Amino acid sequence: MKSARIVITGVGLTAPNGDSLTEFRRNLLNGVAGIERMEIRYMGSQLAGVCHYDPLKYQKKKEIRVGTRAGSISIYCAREALADSGVNFEAMAKDRIGIYIGCTEHGNVETENEIYNISKFNYDTKFWSHYHNPRTVANNPAGETSLNLGITGPAYTIGAACAAGNMGLIHAAQMLRLGEVDFALCGGVSESIHTFGIFAGFKSQNALATHADPHKSSRPFDKARNGIVISEGGCLYTLERLEDAQSRGAKIYAEIAGYHVNSDASDYVLPNPVRQAECVRASISRAGLTPADIHIVNTHATATPLGDIQECEAIRAVFGEGCPDTHINNTKSFIGHCMGAAGALELAGNLPSFDDLTVHASINVDDLDPLCALPGLVLNQPRKVAKVETILNNSFGMLGINSALIVKRFHP
Amino acid sequence: MTKDECKQVVLDIIADIAPDEDLSNVKPEVRLRDQLQLDSMDFLDIVMELRKRHSIEVPESEYQQLASLDSCAEYLTPKFNTLAAKS
Repeated sequence: MKSARIVITGVGLTAPNGDSLTEFRRNLLNGVAGIERMEIRYMGSQLAGVCHYDPLKYQKKKEIRVGTRAGSISIYCAREALADSGVNFEAMAKDRIGIYIGCTEHGNVETENEIYNISKFNYDTKFWSHYHNPRTVANNPAGETSLNLGITGPAYTIGAACAAGNMGLIHAAQMLRLGEVDFALCGGVSESIHTFGIFAGFKSQNALATHADPHKSSRPFDKARNGIVISEGGCLYTLERLEDAQSRGAKIYAEIAGYHVNSDASDYVLPNPVRQAECVRASISRAGLTPADIHIVNTHATATPLGDIQECEAIRAVFGEGCPDTHINNTKSFIGHCMGAAGALELAGNLPSFDDLTVHASINVDDLDPLCALPGLVLNQPRKVAKVETILNNSFGMLGINSALIVKRFHP
Repeated sequence: MTKDECKQVVLDIIADIAPDEDLSNVKPEVRLRDQLQLDSMDFLDIVMELRKRHSIEVPESEYQQLASLDSCAEYLTPKFNTLAAKS
């Protein structure tokens, strides 16, 4: 079982520019970004990627009131993924389903809200909500999903900064291979736009984007990039062992080909291109591939002046000039940085390339930074290509966590 | 405040904390938990909202006084009126 083939059979998502894979993909191909201005407590109007899914599609009003935005996003994505997978959920053994959800952080939103609440009562803690603890425990988004769906298998979150979306998938694949579960809901979510602390923190780091036109504000690789656009979002997949998926005649989006996770061990916030390159190389090697076999590299680049250059340095070190079939893009240019959801959403945005043989572009590059001028970069307009057999998804995070995940076209 | 007004105060709170519930036919003499989907956390919400909105304190030992609308009215109306007299 340890070498079992693992496949993706369903996708559920909400992104700032789409609440289904179909809508999301259409907007990625049509150059439609999803950034707007939003009032942030204490900070006023800020750029943010806001999701517009209907929470009441799968939740009662009371669930929304009691729960968290991350929990709500998780529930929406989980139910959309289950519906997309075509699985007969009612007939499934609920104790054999695992829920593995990556989060950059959880609890900041709810804690800030409570502090703001008691500030109206002279900071008297008797007005502090009894929902604070269940809302802020780190497993909250996965736990709310298990409650909503009646899933009794393992349900927890994986904290991995902005590598968390990839980590949800990687961990699920591992659990399926270990036989811990027979079916997994996995990926990543983020509610981070509802905490002023994330905005203020990035601003204090001089890493928060500003731009007169919200849709042009997230601009990885452009010379005029000036920081991150913070977004919310979610993307959960259904993952299964291949034989289980085949036995029920499931539609198969892709097969997990390889992955790798490592740590920089060098800085709290600054990325380390040497370790990033090691991570990417190891994922390719573990997939039994060479760099020239990778057809799409979806970059992590967040549009910080230094971070983009360092990731490009890592990619250049791995792919060099000798990979003519490798195309490189970036999804944050459309949706900003969806934090814990980023890796999972960005992979989803590229999955349809197996069918339409089109690589979505990295938009908002009016003046390419020469230090980011990688061969194969797909800029501003989508590119039709001859073949897409593999997609490599980079997701990196603070405290130096790096993840690279490769999926490949499914061949029986 | 009359007892009927007091019952309406409690119903207004329940409308906010249990927004999916139909409150048009709540029987005042029947336990709230026997006719509405309310759990122990919801009752803590009622206690919290009485505190926030009306400065009414309900000690834990007296939570059972909030079991039905009738018992709420019996228990809370004098508290409201005492507060009103002080202000």
